[in-house]
This record gives sequence, structure tokens and C-alpha cells, in this order.
Amino acid sequence: MTLALVFEQLLNGVQLGVMLFLLAAGLTLVLGIMNMVNLAHGALYMVGAYFAITVSQWSGSYLLGAAAALVGTLVVGMLVEVIALRTLYQRDHLDQVLATFGLILFFNELMAILFGRFALFASLPSYLQGHIELFAGIRYPLYRAVVIIVGLLTAIILWYVVTRTRLGMLIRAGASNRTMVAALGINIRLLYTVVFGFGAALAGLAGLMAGQIYTVQPGMGELILIQVFVVIVIGGIGSIRGALVGALIVGVVDTLGRAFLKPMLGAILPPIAADTAAPALASMLIYLLMALVLALKPAGLFPARG
Amino acid sequence: MIKPFRSALVLAVVALAFAFPASAQQKLKIGFITTLSGPQGVIGKHMKDSVEMALEHLGGKVGGLPTEVVYGDDQFKPDVGVQVAQQMLQRDQVDIMSGIIWSNVMMATVPVVTGAGKIMVGTNAGASPLAGSQCNELYFSTSWNNDQSPEAMGKFLQDSGIKELYVLAPNYQAGKDMVAGLKRFYKGNIIEELYTKMGQLDYQAEITALRAKNPKAVFIFYPGGMGIQFIRQYVQAGLRDQIPLYSVFTVDETSIPALKDAAVGQYEARFWSADIDVPASKKYVADFRKKFGYTPSFYGAQSYDGIMLIDSAVKAVKGNVKDTKGMVAAMRKANYNSIRGPYKFNVNHHPIQDFYLLKAVKDSKAPEGVAMRIEKKVFEDHKDAYYQDCKMKW
Amino acid sequence: MRNAVFWAIAIAALAALPPVAQALGQGFYIDLVRRIMIFAIAAVSLNLILGYGGMVSFGHAAYLGVGGYAVAIFAFYGVNSGPLQWAVAIGASALVALAIGAVSIRTSGLYFIMITLAFTQMLYYLGISIEEYGGDDGIRLKSRSQFPLLDLNDGVQFYYVILVLLLGCVYLVHRIVNSRFGMALRAAKSNEARALAIGFSPYRYRLTAFVIAGAMGGLSGALLVNHTNFLTPDYMHWTRSGEIMFMVILGGMGTSVGPVLGSFALLLLEDILANWRDPRWIGEHWQVILGPLLVLAVIFFRRGLAGLFQKNDAS
Repeated sequence: MTLALVFEQLLNGVQLGVMLFLLAAGLTLVLGIMNMVNLAHGALYMVGAYFAITVSQWSGSYLLGAAAALVGTLVVGMLVEVIALRTLYQRDHLDQVLATFGLILFFNELMAILFGRFALFASLPSYLQGHIELFAGIRYPLYRAVVIIVGLLTAIILWYVVTRTRLGMLIRAGASNRTMVAALGINIRLLYTVVFGFGAALAGLAGLMAGQIYTVQPGMGELILIQVFVVIVIGGIGSIRGALVGALIVGVVDTLGRAFLKPMLGAILPPIAADTAAPALASMLIYLLMALVLALKPAGLFPARG
Repeated sequence: MIKPFRSALVLAVVALAFAFPASAQQKLKIGFITTLSGPQGVIGKHMKDSVEMALEHLGGKVGGLPTEVVYGDDQFKPDVGVQVAQQMLQRDQVDIMSGIIWSNVMMATVPVVTGAGKIMVGTNAGASPLAGSQCNELYFSTSWNNDQSPEAMGKFLQDSGIKELYVLAPNYQAGKDMVAGLKRFYKGNIIEELYTKMGQLDYQAEITALRAKNPKAVFIFYPGGMGIQFIRQYVQAGLRDQIPLYSVFTVDETSIPALKDAAVGQYEARFWSADIDVPASKKYVADFRKKFGYTPSFYGAQSYDGIMLIDSAVKAVKGNVKDTKGMVAAMRKANYNSIRGPYKFNVNHHPIQDFYLLKAVKDSKAPEGVAMRIEKKVFEDHKDAYYQDCKMKW
Repeated sequence: MRNAVFWAIAIAALAALPPVAQALGQGFYIDLVRRIMIFAIAAVSLNLILGYGGMVSFGHAAYLGVGGYAVAIFAFYGVNSGPLQWAVAIGASALVALAIGAVSIRTSGLYFIMITLAFTQMLYYLGISIEEYGGDDGIRLKSRSQFPLLDLNDGVQFYYVILVLLLGCVYLVHRIVNSRFGMALRAAKSNEARALAIGFSPYRYRLTAFVIAGAMGGLSGALLVNHTNFLTPDYMHWTRSGEIMFMVILGGMGTSVGPVLGSFALLLLEDILANWRDPRWIGEHWQVILGPLLVLAVIFFRRGLAGLFQKNDAS
């Protein structure tokens, strides 16, 4: 177990964390500001991946596909908000859970009807293929490095928008006191629609990047959704900063657990016990982490409110 | 009042029976269970399309009887599989059942079907208990036992003198069964045996660890989306040309459309491939590609074969499908043109068959641009490892 | 009043179903309704903590699994005594609920949802890695639980056993909710601060309710395993927890008819849509219909399907 290997695994963890962050950011925004539990966030991520693949295949341009993923999910997100979810803001979380679960079924099946249940092929432009030499013989896939950079850039832009712009100010104000914001003459319905679309576009961005690494298939959103909820709960609901920290922690803990738990257990347990215990424990690790965090800090690491 | 009507009815029935002396029954109903909804529905589609293909080849008549196939969706859940089976047996009054992808659904459903005195022709799931201690007179398989494909791969790796192997599989029962099958024939040094989370998305950590150990060869079992993810990431890590990758149930015609060139160079072990030199199979593959526009997978081939097996049995009993004993006796002969070529059933009603080493190659004739090609025969008349536990006598 | 009418009709219909179905040669419906009633028991138990206690457990399938494992493990070693199997199923589920509840109830809201989910996921991964009991392949029960005087292998007898148990659970929850204990539980749901001010700690009441619900969930697990003659860790998958929760929400939280109505509505709808033959695409893509139906149900039935039967919240 050399230091270089540990470093590379850390990088893998950060990359997984960045993917989780892009999904968690949109989800936590909607949850924190509109108080809306949106299970269909994973479905929007799937829609983004499909947009990216079909448009880039049709046009032959990866960048056009990327733009379609962002704009497409933005529009789909806003439509979903206006048609189905707008009436549910005042309702119980559980009503929202059931309704958005209905949306998951709808979108998954719609994709199956439109594109079939086959996993889709996503091509990668040549300028994103290949490797970069980090240092002393460590080659890291270029695409994964790009994912990390895009994710971190998104985090910075989000931080800037939320803390330094008028829109961000409204968002923060809307989260803490929506009646007051409405009383000040702000069109809060429009604001919510915009925020929802914004969150959807973030999911679309994640879908765009996931298409090259993961399987693009109806139902792909639910495979990652639970992990995303773990992230926002660890980070604290409604907090972008929490989502970033939570995502990085979950990504790194999960990756390091998978990489090093077995050799570590092997040092203290007999080999057969380690063989059985290590994979089971590695699967449970992020849930254990979440239980631990909540036992110590019942509102997550960065509680957004009060 | 009713009597004259009834006797007229009897007369009509008798007349009909004389008009068609060969068929004791007018219609055959086959219940076909698979997973049609959800992400796993792609396998179900391969199977369903193949059943439709078989019906077309038989002119809509299985065993000479006009046939209706009732499809059921098990939603990948054992309890739903049981429910669908009961539904088919009681509501639809099917004569025979077939299909089923998953071991757990199969193990839950078989007793329901056989308990009702009907025959179940499994066309994919290869759970070991059903080949061994829980074998049943009314249960046939046109596929294989889970362990057989990895056994073939193990034998190939052993024969090729590959000294060390790095093994990866998901942490669930099938994963462990596959590795056990591999080890039954591979006696080289397994330097790592790693089980990953079921449904895992990202394998970069495992691939990094693997590369650090720089093994001579890698063996994986990653069905469905897991396989697509692993192979994509393996290729992206630049390992395709460095460390040969051997697999079972990972690269097939359900995953090739998503992998395309990333699949090229992959080794698999299987009992069938779309390029197998068997006339029945060539006809099936050619017509299937024409009709559905994609290459059938072994899931489909087995299902096509299941219908053909049923066809042979119904013919043997001259359409009297109530004659279960006669049907079983006919099926045991496996007297039909199977897509794998002629084969025999073992005592446990599982095929004794050949296994091949396959390689994914570029193929401009395949609709996907990449196709599996048979490289060599690994096993001749291979029996599964469990048949001795089966106490069936015939 | 409406409630009484509902129950009278429901009980009569459910009791009359087996002979009618058999007379029509549609015995299949006995099996279908049996499965639905088993999930209804799970939904009724969840409703106790979710509907009346305000504890949104997203991990109720855990008890389905624990109860199932208890029965299946005994059966695996050839112990088929029903009373023993079921007692252990209920007891073990209660213990697991005690452990999960003790930690989870300290949190609330979405955190509670996620932490109950986390525990169930851990149990799920544990289940699929225990090779002894078949891992994710599961194990087949050689025999259903054996009781004196009863034969569960007889589908109709088993049906009536489940019906009686379902009604028993509904009645039990009704009694609990309207007892002093239940008042305290509901009071803690509507206003925790006031509950504290009056001088009782909601924690113990909630934990007790959580354990009762877990035990009841364990019973439904024992029944489910007997119904399918099969155990699989899939019973603990998070989508199952979700389904049980959807039954409660769809039917109407915090009502006695809600969970029963919800489980019947959801599972019957699934069955009807998945078996749709004409046009055939519906049978294959039934979820594209079910999804929007759920959305509409949420938007238009504000208090769930039970709202159709009840004018106010009195249960």
C-alpha cells in the first residue's frame, strides 16, 4: 500500500463525491427552499443523460449534446414544477414523496417507450479520452479529471450565485421567510419555478457526465438516489456547503472502504472472516457513517436553519 | 327444457372431435413469465421477442395446436412471480409454463407450477438446488446450471496455463457460485478474490487496486448494468490492452449495444453464440435480426429453444397435453432441432451440452457492429456438478 | 358511522370471497387477496407510527424481513411449529425495532426517514451476504408453519387466518390509538413542545409505538414467507419499504380504513394494469399509467382514499 496508491484512491473518492454533489446540490436547494421532497430528482438526472446522448448522436457534437442536457432538463424540470408539483408545496412531505414516486414511474417508463430498455451507448469525444500523468507514474483517466474540475467549478459558481447575487439573496430570503419575501412584492411562484428548473439542470449536468461512466438506462436515477439522500442528510438539509462536504465525505469514505477495508480487516481477522465481513461492511459503510453523524448531530453537519 | 340443448352440445362436441381426430384439444395456452418492467426488462424483451419468433417459425401452432402465449411480468420479485404463476394456472388455465430469468423467482415459482401438476420449462435461471436435491419430474431447463459457464472459463484458463488470476464479482449468491464454479477447474493462483456491492456504479477504486497488483489476467462476473459500468471504466483506465479480461454473463447481446468498441477483445464462456454452426440457430438468428433489427442473446436463444422443446412434446402426445406423463417422457428425449445442436438431458432434466470460449470482435454484418465469435470448444457434453444429488429415476 | 358501514361491507366481502371465487372457478383471487391482506397488515402497523405517531419510517420492510427470516430459519432446521416460529418472528422484530427506534427517534423529519432507511439497508446487505441461508437466492420452505387444528397448506384456511389477523391488527391499532397511550402519542405528534410542557416525554411513547409496529410488521413477514413458501432478502429492499409507505399515504394516513384501502388500491391497480391485454402495450408499460394516477391521487384526494369515506378525522 504505497502513498501514491492511497493518493489515487483519494482522488477516486473525490471524483465520486463530485458526482454525488451535483445531484445533491439540486436536491438540497429544492428541499431547503421549497420544503419539497423530490424523489423524482433521479429521474431528471436520467432525462439529462438521455438528452445528452440522443442529441450528441444526432448532431455528432458532444458539446451540443451537453447544452441539450442542461437546457432540456431545465425545461423539463420547470414543466414538471408547473404541471404537477406546484400544488404540493403546502402539503405534507409524504404527499410529495408519493407524488414524486409516481413521477419516477412515469419518466422511467416513458424513456423505455421512447428509447427501449436497452442501455444506451455514449461516445466520448477524442479530446476527452486518454490519460494525464499526475506524478511519478500515476496515470489518471482524463475524463475523470474533467469530472472533478467541472464539479468543483459548479460548486464555486453555486456558492457565488447563492451568496453574491440578487437571485441568491432572494433564494436565501425565500428559504428563511417566504411570506415576507412575497409581501415585498417578489413573485415567489416564479422564483420557485426558476429554482426548481435550476436544480433540475444541475441533475442534468450530472446525468450528462454519468453517461460516459455509468449505464444509461431507464431506472438509472434510483440507483444513485439513495446515496444522494445520504449525502444531504449528512451535510444538513438545505445547505449547499453541507452538500459539498457531505458528498466529498461519502465519496471518499465509500471509496477508501472498498479499497482498503479488506486488507485492513485481513490484518486483524482470520482470512475467511475478513473475506465475508469486508464486502458486507463496505456496502454498509455509508449508512453506518450516516447513523453515526445523526447520532452526534441530529440535523447534519451544517444545519441550514436555526 | 335444458336437455335438448345439452344433447345438441354433446353432439356438436363429438362431431368436432371426429372432425379433428388427431387433436384431443383445440388450443394450447403457454404461460411465459419473465421480467418486462424496470431496468431488467431488457432481458425480458429478448426472451419475449424470441418466443414470438418461435411462434412465427411454427406458424402459430405449437405441437400442431393453435397457440396463445400469456406473458407475465414478475417485476424481478419472487412473490410477484408466485402470484403471476397462480394467476396463469387458475385464471388463464394455461397448459404449460415457461420462462423466468432469476434464480430466486424460479425457486419460489417452480413448486407452484409443479404442485398444480403442470410442466415448467425454465429458459434461463440455473439455480443449483433445482439441478440437485430439489430437482423435479415436471421441471425442465433449456439453459444451464449457474456454475457451468464459469467452469468452462476455469477450464480454459487452466488449459491455457494462466498462472495467476484476479477475481471480481458482486457480493451475492450468484457471484459466489460463479467463483466456486471457476475454482472447480482453475487450479492456478488466485491472487485476489474481491466481492463488491450489489448494483455498484463506480469501480474506479477496484480498478486502481487491481492495477497496483498488476495481475496476469482478470476474471469478472458482472451481469447487466454492473458489467457495462465495469468494462467501460476498465477500458477508460487503459487496461484493455494491458491485462486480458475474462468474464461470464457480463458481455452479451444485451450489453454490447451499450459497450460497442469497449467490448472488443472481451472473452466469455457460454454454451451458445449467435455464430454457432447449427442450422436451427442460423435460421433463428437470421430471421430474428430481420424481424427485430438486433442480434438475439442467449437469453432469447434459450427461450426460443424452450418453445421448440414444448412443440416436440406436444407433437409426441398428439396434442393431448393433459397427458403429462407422456409429455415428460417426450421432453426427456430432447427430440427436436435445438439451437445448440443435438443434446441429451441429464437425470435432473438439465442439458448435457458443449461449452465454448467466445470473443467479442468487430463484425460489420451484426446490427451492433460488434459480435461474439466462438473461438474454441472448451467442454464436450458437460454435466453440471449437482446432478448426483438429484434422486429422480427414469 | 361511515366507518362502521365501510367495515361491515369490507368484512362481508372479504369473508365471502373464497366461496364465491371457487364457485366461479377463479380460485386465483384467493391467493391475490391473501397477498394483499398480508401487505395490508404491514401497512396497518406502519400507520400506527406514521399516521398517528408522525414517525415516517422508510424502513418498515426490515420487519418483513426479520419476521420472514425467523420463520424460514426454523423451517430450515426442520422446526415447523407455527406458534414457536411466529412468536420468535414477532419477538425478534420487536427487538430489532427497539434497537432501531432507540437510535432513530432522537431525530425527526427527513433525518428520521433516512436513518430508518439506513438501518434497513444494513439488514438487507447483511441478508444477501449470509450464504448459510441462501444469500440473495433465498431459501425455499419445505413446509408451511404447522398449527394444531389448522392447515395453512389449505389455501382457504390460510386465507381466513390472515383475514382474522388483519382485522385483529386493525382493531388493536384502533384500541391503542384511542387509549390514554394513544392520546399521548397523537398529542406528541401534533405538538411536541406542549407534550413536554404537560409533563410527559414523547420519546418513550414513540419508542413503545415503534416497537409495537415492528412486532406487527414481523407478523406480516411471517405470513408473507408462508404465503410464498419462500424467503428472500428482497423482502427488505428499500423499494418494499417505499411500497408499504405508499399504501398508507394513498389510503389515508392516521385513519383506520386508510392502510387497508391503500394496499388494496395499489396492489389491485398493479395487477390490473400489468395484466392489461388490449391494447397490449399497457401490459408492458403499465407503470407509465400508474405513475400519473398516483400523482393525481395525491393532488385530488387530500386525505387519501379514506377521505372519500370519512367526513372528518375521527377514527
